[in-house]
Amino acid sequence: MHELQKTQRVLLSYFLGAVFLLALWWLIAELCELPIIPTPGKVFERLARIFTASIAVHGFYSLWRIAAGLLLAVAVGFPLGVIMGYFKKADRYLAPVVYLTYPIPKIALLPILMLLAGVGEISKICMIFLIIVFQVVIAIRDAIRALPQETYDPLYSLGANFWQIFREVIFPASWPKFLTAIRVAMATAISVLFFTETFGTQYGMGYFIMDAWLRVNYLDMYAGIVVLSLLGLFLFGCIDLVESVTCRWQKRI
Amino acid sequence: MIEVKHLSFAYAGQGEKAPFLTLEDVSLTVPKGTVCAIIGPSGCGKSTLLKAIAGLLPVHGLKGSLTIDGAAVDPKKKCIGFMPQSYGLLPWRTAEENIRLGCKIRHKNIEEASFKALCEKLGLLDLLKRYPGELSGGQQQRVSLARMFLLKPDVLLMDEPFSALDAITREEMQEVFLHLWQQSRVTTMLVTHYVEEALYLGGKILLMQPNPGRIAEFLDNPLAGDDAKRDTPAFTAMERELRRKIQAMRGGNGHA
Repeated sequence: MHELQKTQRVLLSYFLGAVFLLALWWLIAELCELPIIPTPGKVFERLARIFTASIAVHGFYSLWRIAAGLLLAVAVGFPLGVIMGYFKKADRYLAPVVYLTYPIPKIALLPILMLLAGVGEISKICMIFLIIVFQVVIAIRDAIRALPQETYDPLYSLGANFWQIFREVIFPASWPKFLTAIRVAMATAISVLFFTETFGTQYGMGYFIMDAWLRVNYLDMYAGIVVLSLLGLFLFGCIDLVESVTCRWQKRI
Repeated sequence: MIEVKHLSFAYAGQGEKAPFLTLEDVSLTVPKGTVCAIIGPSGCGKSTLLKAIAGLLPVHGLKGSLTIDGAAVDPKKKCIGFMPQSYGLLPWRTAEENIRLGCKIRHKNIEEASFKALCEKLGLLDLLKRYPGELSGGQQQRVSLARMFLLKPDVLLMDEPFSALDAITREEMQEVFLHLWQQSRVTTMLVTHYVEEALYLGGKILLMQPNPGRIAEFLDNPLAGDDAKRDTPAFTAMERELRRKIQAMRGGNGHA
């Protein structure tokens, strides 16, 4: 019952937030009376009409690129973070490499990526991978490093092997930090995805929005922006849901 | 039986710092089925000795020999229950999972009846689904004790197990521990800084002195394990004498 009430309260606050933003949008549109700022009503009407016909497929392309990039980043970043956090020697050699490459704005590497991997799917997925992977590595490493020795001691004295330590300590201890890292990286990933989708593709929300803009079709363009923000909301919602189910132990400390 | 012979331990010096000797030539035997309380001023190597026996110290700093029931200390072979000062519970596991963890790591089967009986005895039945963050210090301590007594290790090592508790909870937990211990009589070593606790729990008392940590005295204590003897003049006299000795050690090293 308690959990249900909490969920209801969260949903209500999101609903109120959406109402507030829509009201603001409507107010500005009414005040300006410019074709470039249509009212929300017209935009949603257009969205309902073209969603299944054209926007949905673009949305799925964007979602697939994010999912592929994210999966790749986790597959590489999680083990790397564990190695750097648990084995201090490995960290001594790997930390400089990570710190030297982390601050480079990944978008600056886009021309190189495009030359190497072409303008197709691979360079876009690589871009998202590059943005997320560093956050994951550093979050996991720091989470493991922050564990006091006393957490391990009772397990070591029972002769626990590395896999037992991983399953009982390392994985559950770093999981909440991992989710936070994904959440932080996701916003950047979406905006960079938008940018990469303006090159060398006929699909994706980035392409759709820019194309609508060039066709001076403002209603389509706004419909695209709304879908893009809903896509972001959906991704954040997923992360929050996973967190509230798996990190129950953390909330009450 | 725990046997320690000429044990020395030095933390590796970093850079130009010389290695730091924390234990020097410690030899003792704790017979099977006894509780040995280790006591002494801070810096006397109490915890280091306990960690050495638990197999938690880096081997390159250790000299001398350590055996449990005649075999060299090896956490893979002997079942060593180690309870750190902070109880050693995993915050992301429920009380029940934490209790079962010891057996899980050792791949020991748990008899559900004894699990239940133990939880009931410790008053944990209603708390099993909670996380350590939702438990009081005394409750966490009970969970930790339940883990140990469900596991039934070959030796039990406890580092200041009751220190973080308030005085009343501490006495209560001492009694809970004794009660459980008397049923299994597992060979136990515990570090404490309460003289009274050492006398109440330890059939043997190891008095250590600092700089570097070494044995000052290894005493038999006939007063242990009996609540009735706690108020006798003999108990008070012995308590006073031990306290005086510990204070003398502190004085001897200056109040640095």
